[in-house]
Amino acid sequence: MDLIKLTINDIPVEVPKGYTLLQAAEVAGVYLPTLCYHPNLSTYGGCRLCLVEVEGMRRLTTACTTPAGEGNVVKTNTPQIQRLRRNIVELILSEHPHACFTCERRDRCGPMDICLRNVAVTERCVTCPKNGRCEFKEVVNYIGFDESNLPYAYKGLRVETDGTFFDRDFNLCVLCGRCVRACQEIRGSGAIAFNFRGPEAVVGTAFNNPLGDVGCQYCGACVDVCPTGALTEHGNRFAGPVDSIATTVCPYCGVGCQLDLEIRNGKVSNVVAANGPANKGQACVKGKFGLAEVVHHPQRLTAPLVRRNGGFAEVTWTEALEYVADNLKKYGSEQVATIVSAKCTNEDNYVIQKLARAVLGSNNVDHCARLCDAPNLVGLTMSFGSGAMTNAIEEIGDASCIISMGSNTTAAHPVVWLQINRAVKKGAKLIVINPREIDLCQKADLWLQQHPGTDVALLMGMMRVIVDEGLADQEFINARCENYEAFLESLKNFDLDSVETMTGVAKADIVEAARAYATQKPSTFLSCSMTQSSHGTDNVLAVANLAMLTGNVGKPSTGVNVLRGQNNVQGACDMGGLPDVYTAYQSVAEPSVQKKFEEAWGVKLNPNVGLSLSEMMAAALEGNIKAMYLVGENPVLSDPDAKHVKEALEKLEFFVVQDIFLTETAELADVVLPAACFAEKDGTFTNTERRVQRVRKAVDPPGEAKDDWWIASEVAKRMGGKGFEYAGPEQIMEEITGLTPSYGGISYERLERETVQWPCPTPEHGGTRDLHVGTFVRGKGKFVPLEFKSPAETPDEEYPLLLTTERSRFHFHTSTMTGRVKGLKKLGSEEYVEINPADAEKLGIEDDGWVKVVSRRGEVKARAKSSMATPVGVVTMTFHFAACPTNTLTNTALDPVAKIPELKIASVKVEKLTDSG
Amino acid sequence: MDAKHLAGQLRPLLSRHRKDRASLVPMLQEVQDTFGYLPREAMMEIAFYLGIPASAVYGVATFYNQFRFTPLGRHPIKVCLGTACHMRGGQLVLEALERELEIKVGEVTEDGEYSLDRVACIGCCVMAPVVVVGDTIEPRLTPFKVEEVLVKLR
Ligand code: SF4
Ligand code: SF4
Ligand code: SF4
Ligand code: FES
Repeated sequence: MDLIKLTINDIPVEVPKGYTLLQAAEVAGVYLPTLCYHPNLSTYGGCRLCLVEVEGMRRLTTACTTPAGEGNVVKTNTPQIQRLRRNIVELILSEHPHACFTCERRDRCGPMDICLRNVAVTERCVTCPKNGRCEFKEVVNYIGFDESNLPYAYKGLRVETDGTFFDRDFNLCVLCGRCVRACQEIRGSGAIAFNFRGPEAVVGTAFNNPLGDVGCQYCGACVDVCPTGALTEHGNRFAGPVDSIATTVCPYCGVGCQLDLEIRNGKVSNVVAANGPANKGQACVKGKFGLAEVVHHPQRLTAPLVRRNGGFAEVTWTEALEYVADNLKKYGSEQVATIVSAKCTNEDNYVIQKLARAVLGSNNVDHCARLCDAPNLVGLTMSFGSGAMTNAIEEIGDASCIISMGSNTTAAHPVVWLQINRAVKKGAKLIVINPREIDLCQKADLWLQQHPGTDVALLMGMMRVIVDEGLADQEFINARCENYEAFLESLKNFDLDSVETMTGVAKADIVEAARAYATQKPSTFLSCSMTQSSHGTDNVLAVANLAMLTGNVGKPSTGVNVLRGQNNVQGACDMGGLPDVYTAYQSVAEPSVQKKFEEAWGVKLNPNVGLSLSEMMAAALEGNIKAMYLVGENPVLSDPDAKHVKEALEKLEFFVVQDIFLTETAELADVVLPAACFAEKDGTFTNTERRVQRVRKAVDPPGEAKDDWWIASEVAKRMGGKGFEYAGPEQIMEEITGLTPSYGGISYERLERETVQWPCPTPEHGGTRDLHVGTFVRGKGKFVPLEFKSPAETPDEEYPLLLTTERSRFHFHTSTMTGRVKGLKKLGSEEYVEINPADAEKLGIEDDGWVKVVSRRGEVKARAKSSMATPVGVVTMTFHFAACPTNTLTNTALDPVAKIPELKIASVKVEKLTDSG
Repeated sequence: MDAKHLAGQLRPLLSRHRKDRASLVPMLQEVQDTFGYLPREAMMEIAFYLGIPASAVYGVATFYNQFRFTPLGRHPIKVCLGTACHMRGGQLVLEALERELEIKVGEVTEDGEYSLDRVACIGCCVMAPVVVVGDTIEPRLTPFKVEEVLVKLR
């Protein structure tokens, strides 16, 4: 790295080439006042407070925009500079409340960091919602200001205290433009801009419409960067300085944003996005505004509950644990099933599966990853040898071509969208493949609207074009892949005409997409929920074929990147939360592995592969599974064919649920054990890009709630289990790393300093950003020949419409958590059936009218909403709300390989109702 | 103005411009020349055409004094706030008009009769403060005389 030498206020510093003078000053430990500058935003050079004098330059220059030069002699506080700064500040203060700066009593009034009261009009610092944390005050204090020569005018703008998550008082705005740049450049929302000019200039929306009408995502990025009290979130208005901050990981989706939980009076008062490697100072509405309320929700479980006389009675931990242990002892190992949780930490999951395998004695261990991610695991393992996301999230922004398939990224993984946005801004080609017109389509260069369930045909069509036009990467294929000939054979049936008929996508568009992906390298492929179909594995295999065919694997900004739904699906899988493997996918059937774990755990282990989630439910229904231990999952809402799941769970003789709320599933349990939530425990999550990050305890759990690993260990000990005497999560992690090759180099001490992407076998190993570099995990990449199969259920006369399920931006999974956040509820409060206006008209359905959606398995009622986003012949619902269990309708036809149910597609009919019935 | 009619006039106008942010101001000017003001729907169309957020269009449009966001009234009223008029009470006249017409500067009355704007010096400083109603210059106005001026128009 080239280093540049310069001096700042006579302090010599060396900085890398490309650093600005402002960054150099920071290195030298010299404070420069700034307002418009923010490290996560583009530089703007608008406030001119960071002026410095550089010897040899004719004029003063703004340090935030000027690159450091070799031999620069910089002065930051000459009398001339201070005078100019003072003028700037004086001008701002002529329309910014400043009574506290000029008050003669200010020295006697206290440290100016207390907040007096919550007032309607803020006319001085002590009544400002930001008091104690204001950057502008810091600047003013540095420059010194006790008397103003300019007349002061209060702007008198309406204070907007009716916001969903944050308030806006532009009387306090200093027009630094940070919020505008965050919203336009980073988030790509463009909800706000500068309006008017001169003295009237103000930050606002188009036509001053409410934020909700102008595409605001409620991400809170503007709030996080605002230096003043102009934008303040409800959680910390008038709250003064924070007591402490815990940096942890978001418990919602698989992106794994690092978040700073700000703690006041022993409670999480609000959340600020931290600078994690995946999120780079950003978050989304769920992480930013949907956490504090959940953690401290009055409905949190606070004591163990045991079913007595038809109701729940609170009992002590000793009673509850003994009751659980005594009952579980009654059953043979093949009669008990355990469901681990993609929401819990790695340490929790490890201990729970150890309980299942070492104490309960079977491999009947699974979790909800079946519902969305199993095909990825199976498919990608078949092709590449590893089921994990191949590349890192931050690389997506450097791709030249991005295909996003079946992923409603802006809603389901908003922070990944920021990377797509970054790439698109640099000129990357964005291709969206989705039957629905999702928001992403508006940003796309090309939108392929395939018929639902025809993904394989479309991808095969594209590959045929690539092969026919000689765009395949022969060198890569020859050197690194196998089974290519057989695959070529299978392409025969996918000539453009047939593919156009099968998929409904115009030939020209298929060709354009194929050419772009094959030639504009590096190309990356993103997907998530498209795998929820009865041939999900085929879809994934097709994507893997496409990536290999064009050499887009094992290089930066390429790969097959399957975005995980839940925060720790990856970790739950890594920890052996699956019926056929121990940690790190070590097969239970492999004798050497069995021996290793038997030695470590000191027990005989069962070599038979256990039941998958869907098989468990079927077995419970048949009476073969009699007891179940379920942690942090809500299958009554999330599973396909909810009616049967409920029946199955009701049939269990003994059912234990461990969760933070009394979910719809927990209501069926015999024992409910109150768990600590993410903010109340230490541990690790592994995000979608295989990054292991530290979860840190911020507050104490409510009432008697305990860590999940503790509960499982106590049950195990009472059942005679050995090796469950853990002092804490760190000790559990030490046991994990000893048994898990890909986690071998991980330790809490290391995670204090950095995050690690596995595989990371040794402490010296730097972790692995990109998988399959040089050679595939399985050796050679394997092409898999594919044919087109139509969905298990296709529309017919009786059930003429296709139902697909969707995710909402504002809710997460079954909304066990998000449904308890007022603001999120307001934004997406009930289930809607989205239907194309043409179909709605045919059926005589009006907007907001009640309809009944009927499939072969059940029916639900909901309101209808016509929307062009849904194509003719298709209806869309989400699966977030208990009042309308969408999954009553969906199909349990299983993918033959991955055993994932077909959650995405079911045939239905829609009938108009006269009232809510 | 009904949306269909507007869209019909707008489409050929927009298509004469390149889909480039640099076209924004010329487009806004042309829309204003055609309609006499910038209808909200037109700004939305422009945003859509250029693929930029509506807030960016509105931000730029409000930056320039040349654009108005309501149609001119049948009797456009312009209050001069040039230095001379300002010194002799132009602001008070403006406020009187706002009260009398029950609209704010830059707006138009509900019946479309009057619109109220402010202008910089129009060169009649000797008669300050002046107000221009349609083509007529009303000299030496005071808040009290405002009513008389309006009565003449009814
Ligand atoms: S919350 Fe996000 S989308 Fe909304 S205005 Fe702020 S930055 Fe823009
Ligand atoms: S609202 Fe805050 S961030 Fe936005 S311009 Fe004003 S002071 Fe800056
Ligand atoms: S839900 Fe996902 S994108 Fe949103 S803050 Fe949490 S980890 Fe980030
Ligand atoms: S911080 Fe450098 S100009 Fe504002």
